[in-house]
Amino acid sequence: MPNAPTATTVSPMRRANHIWANSVWFLPLGIFALLFLLLPSIGLFIGSVTGGPHGVTLSYFGQLFQNQYLDAYKVSIELSATTAIVGAAAGVALAWAVVGGGLPGFLRPFFLTFSGVASNFAGIPLAFAFTASLGPVGLVTLFLSNHIGLNLYKHGFSLFGFTGLAITYLYFQIPLMVLLMVPALDHLKQWGEAASNLGANSWQFWWHIGLPILRLPLLGATLLLFGNSFGAYATAYALTSGMINLVPIVIGQELSGNVVFSPNLADALAVGMIVIMITVFAVYLITNRNEARWQR
Amino acid sequence: MKGSRVWSPIVGVVAFLYFVVPLVATAEFSVQEGPSHPFWAAYSSILSSPQFWSSLRLSLFMAVSAVVIGLVIIVPATYWAFLRAPRLQTWVEFISIMPFVVPPIVLVLGLVHLYGNGFGPLSSRPIMLMAAYGVISMPYLFRSVNNGLRSMDVRSLTEAALSLGSSWPRVLFQVVFPNLRTALLGGTFLVFALIMGEYAMSSMLGLNTFGVYMLLTGETRAHAAAALALISLALVWFLVGVMQAVNRGNVTIGGAR
Repeated sequence: MPNAPTATTVSPMRRANHIWANSVWFLPLGIFALLFLLLPSIGLFIGSVTGGPHGVTLSYFGQLFQNQYLDAYKVSIELSATTAIVGAAAGVALAWAVVGGGLPGFLRPFFLTFSGVASNFAGIPLAFAFTASLGPVGLVTLFLSNHIGLNLYKHGFSLFGFTGLAITYLYFQIPLMVLLMVPALDHLKQWGEAASNLGANSWQFWWHIGLPILRLPLLGATLLLFGNSFGAYATAYALTSGMINLVPIVIGQELSGNVVFSPNLADALAVGMIVIMITVFAVYLITNRNEARWQR
Repeated sequence: MKGSRVWSPIVGVVAFLYFVVPLVATAEFSVQEGPSHPFWAAYSSILSSPQFWSSLRLSLFMAVSAVVIGLVIIVPATYWAFLRAPRLQTWVEFISIMPFVVPPIVLVLGLVHLYGNGFGPLSSRPIMLMAAYGVISMPYLFRSVNNGLRSMDVRSLTEAALSLGSSWPRVLFQVVFPNLRTALLGGTFLVFALIMGEYAMSSMLGLNTFGVYMLLTGETRAHAAAALALISLALVWFLVGVMQAVNRGNVTIGGAR
């Protein structure tokens, strides 16, 4: 640090100036993050442990363990885990088909561009697209019942429940997985060429090379997919008209005043979501850091 | 790999069907307003609706505000940490990616509970939404600013400008920003793609953005909704296309889900 003033040569006045000149550059970010990210989050935490008749209380967190709210967390976590794991598996298979040389090379840029678009095509329009396909009078539903004789809705399928929601979420989960895994798979492909030159078969390649190399990127990407769907609101709300019991939907009911319950309870639900997101992201950062070290 | 030649085409075809059929179904649905209507009826009714244009304008305005807010807070901090305070780099990055752990609905709950009951200008709903969009744009803008700074010679440019007598604001606005332009385009278009369809936060704050307009349309007019879905897809395709042309291999999580 050539510019760092030393205590012996710089007057207190100059040092004060130096600190001031430094902090001016960080003030906009600091003030904005404090006002609109940190204080609201702290406010949620304070709200979740106060408001009872006896000052500080854990009763709102206690209420999270009542059936309805516990179930909301359960469904949210199940939906995110299902779409993360299925999305990860399908995404890796698709990415490997594109990268590994099994599909013609000219398809690669098309797949990557489309993945970028589809991973951002979410929310209300995505719900509309799936209603037009798999809804009660959707194109696919009608095709299956008219030409194949399979009436999905008579067999208990509904686009507006857990399964339908999971199928819809995969539309942005799989492309995100493709984008996340293509760099690691490009790297793996070079190993694949070396392995097959040395006479390894497919099984040996995946067991001895593919899995060890991909383990951490796979775990990291799956965690990102989990987080990606855990906070999702618009797609679920539009598809189920807010009838599915997910934590974001329950919080939204309090905010829009449709269902009367304590704001402090909504705060507790929100704090629970932040805790889960921090846990998921922390595990991601730890595995990601190890990965970066391994690649060096 | 011999194995991959066998199943790769199968994976490719299944994926193609899964990704293309919903779009075809939407397109088909959007042109079936009824026998007495021309096939473009749904599109012309949308394009002639004043609510469509006003909601699009509001979302565009919010997206531009979010990008401006994001740049004003992220660029100076990232630049200065990069140039003079390397120890603070981790902190700037930490704060910038923090929005990932706060889901949009949670962020808006926090803002409404903290500022909703009167807090001067902060209790205004449009300002809350602008701030919330600024928050969700932080990770994306940080990444493009950070990549941009790494790909240019910040130190030499700064020293050259200073030794020629520029003031610090001038260095920032006439040297740093112009050199970051290309890198910033990528993040900017990504933020646009996220905000143009955003629904959760704007509906909670009672503002009629494009996302809210789409949902309200879908509740009453199914064919118009399908047409809107395609218009929205075209918009995302355009924005992401520009983003990918500018910087390759950028990945998004979070946003308008």
